[in-house]
Amino acid sequence: MKKLLLGNEAVAQGAIDAGLSGVYAYPGTPSTEITEYIQRSKTSKELNIHSQWSVNEKTAMEAALGMSYAGKRAMAVMKHVGLNVAADAFMNMSVSGINGGLVVVVADDPSMHSSQNEQDSRYYGKFAMVPILEPSNQQEAYDITKYAFDLSEILGLPVLIRMVTRLSHSRAGIILGKRIPQNNIKLPKIPTQFQLIPMHARGRYKHLVSIQSDIQENSENSYFNQLIKAPNTSLGIIASGIAYNYLMENFEDADCPYPILKISQYPIPKKPVQYLFDTCKKILVLEDGYPFIEEAISDFLGKNKKIIGRLSGDIPRVGELNPDNIANALGFDVVVDEKLPEIVSKRPPELCVGCAHRDLFDAINELNKEMGSQQVFGDIGCYALGALPPYKSINTLIDMGASITMAKGASDAGIHPSIAIIGDSTFTHSGMTGLLDAVIEKTPITVIISDNSTVAMTGAQDSSASGRLIDICKGIGVEENHLKVITPLHKNLTENINTIRDEINYKGVSVIISQRPCVQLPKEKKEKLKELKKVSLN
Amino acid sequence: MKTNIILAGVGGQGILTIAAILDTAALESNLNIKQSEVHGMSQRGGAVQSHVRISDKEIFSDLIPQGKADMIIAVEPMELLRYLPYLKKDGYLITDINPFINIPDYPELEDLYNEIKSHPNSILIDAKKIAKDLGNSKATNIVLLGAASSLITINSETLQQAIKTLFKRKGERIVNKNLEAFIIGKEMATEIIS
Repeated sequence: MKKLLLGNEAVAQGAIDAGLSGVYAYPGTPSTEITEYIQRSKTSKELNIHSQWSVNEKTAMEAALGMSYAGKRAMAVMKHVGLNVAADAFMNMSVSGINGGLVVVVADDPSMHSSQNEQDSRYYGKFAMVPILEPSNQQEAYDITKYAFDLSEILGLPVLIRMVTRLSHSRAGIILGKRIPQNNIKLPKIPTQFQLIPMHARGRYKHLVSIQSDIQENSENSYFNQLIKAPNTSLGIIASGIAYNYLMENFEDADCPYPILKISQYPIPKKPVQYLFDTCKKILVLEDGYPFIEEAISDFLGKNKKIIGRLSGDIPRVGELNPDNIANALGFDVVVDEKLPEIVSKRPPELCVGCAHRDLFDAINELNKEMGSQQVFGDIGCYALGALPPYKSINTLIDMGASITMAKGASDAGIHPSIAIIGDSTFTHSGMTGLLDAVIEKTPITVIISDNSTVAMTGAQDSSASGRLIDICKGIGVEENHLKVITPLHKNLTENINTIRDEINYKGVSVIISQRPCVQLPKEKKEKLKELKKVSLN
Repeated sequence: MKTNIILAGVGGQGILTIAAILDTAALESNLNIKQSEVHGMSQRGGAVQSHVRISDKEIFSDLIPQGKADMIIAVEPMELLRYLPYLKKDGYLITDINPFINIPDYPELEDLYNEIKSHPNSILIDAKKIAKDLGNSKATNIVLLGAASSLITINSETLQQAIKTLFKRKGERIVNKNLEAFIIGKEMATEIIS
């Protein structure tokens, strides 16, 4: 029988069946379930596949490269903005190349369901000059992941798999294939391959450029790129990844009268695009995310009006694709975005009842009354909901760790008080280095680590910070008498306000750890935390 | 043979249990299935939905096109209406009557019920009460699934088998409560439809 899997789980199963030895990742919607699936998998436990969370995407990417260096197959997994964090490693490992198969899976979030932008990771793949694979459905997600490891070893390069939210978080029945054994340890043949000092890096980069024709050739002949010929050449359609599904949805029994080029492997195959150019009057490009293909095949001055898509306005420039906006572009008569009955109110997400962040924001809002608002810098996590009513406590949300560094910059500019609110896991992900900047300069900022002892927003994964925050802050150089721990409960409100006020008045770096576990944590995790606490106190 | 279902509710109300039963039953019946769901921030008390598509033919899109849903099953009455643009002209609305009020501008209940009833094929059930009376308020979802069952292209026995499979871990008592909830829901809907 078929196995019912999320697109993300299909990637995970594909990796296990491809002889994976380790997955390295930091949680981030919509990518999280890939790693979680491997963590839960019996096979993975039996085979001792590494699957513990990394502190951030950069450490994950580098650890995966280390495993590849040792000759084994490794995978790094992250959401699209996570690749920004890991980009240093990513850009350079295409120059060094890999040893054991290395697959980087990035889940993009068109329409920003759970993100602060809708950047398209295919640009990163092109930037690093590596092959990109973009599955269109769950079965293909499984098959393509297995294929990706082989491709990586054939070309000696990391391979990028691009997922999107709707595929990541949709289930379908999948036919599984056989599992192959893991690679044995085998160190790189050429000892200088991974030494990117300029004299060797130049050689490696030349090599990367020289094999671009092989990468192109591979894509031209890929099973995952298919030209489907059809008689009506008034229109040719290029559909990449999940766009293919939305396209076919519009034709009864998948009977599309127009020629279609289905793309799931990049670089963009030239021959079939040439075929569409030669035979079709117009070409409609359907792609979820940015107009990556459309831009590449359109002419700069726009004199050739043949290509239509997001750039031409035939498909909305922002937001994800769906069967309806594609139907519109095909000229079908559909009513898109019919109005809702007026009676329906918006229901945005909110902090859970009993959530510790709520009690912290109550305290902050009291202080805001005394000290003026718009001086609280926020960060990425559930507490970002503190930007919305009823709290409206935080004023910024840019990227992981930016609360501390933005508070520092604002303080340097002369703003006081300057307060950062950051979660425990976000702090260890990217907050620690910024705190060191502030400590070195004795910048008068107040950093509040809202420590709920988990990565809450993505579903309560283990936080690297648990049981370590005090030692980390001390190690970075925060003065002990300005390192406070408070318990965010309503009964402690006045006391907590006083503590925060005192630290705001201190003209140096203060850190307040506002500590109470997430209400969503399962019991066994809460027990585990208590044990951790005991250990750290001893 | 194709059924397009939108499941609607508020994050944390457990619409994915209904989805899981449908998924399991569809696979068991050798039908194709696609089922999308919402993970991430919206799960925290926000509006959530799941698109469930069941067919004997290949299913392409993970999302149901607007105007193509055979039914909307909602565990919350206002959330039901949020997906109205997806409903077919002769599609069914199936919902629990109990509101989940976590916003300041929640509409008047009477107005809300009237809006739902103005639709020709609407089934409003106090599913929560039925589940409570059974001694398992968590079975609210299953009452609603029961109510929708006669409109779905999977036979009722297979759905009940899927309930058994999914709740097995929780013991026989819970399995039986859920089966009862399913049957009561089914009977109530039959009465309303006829």
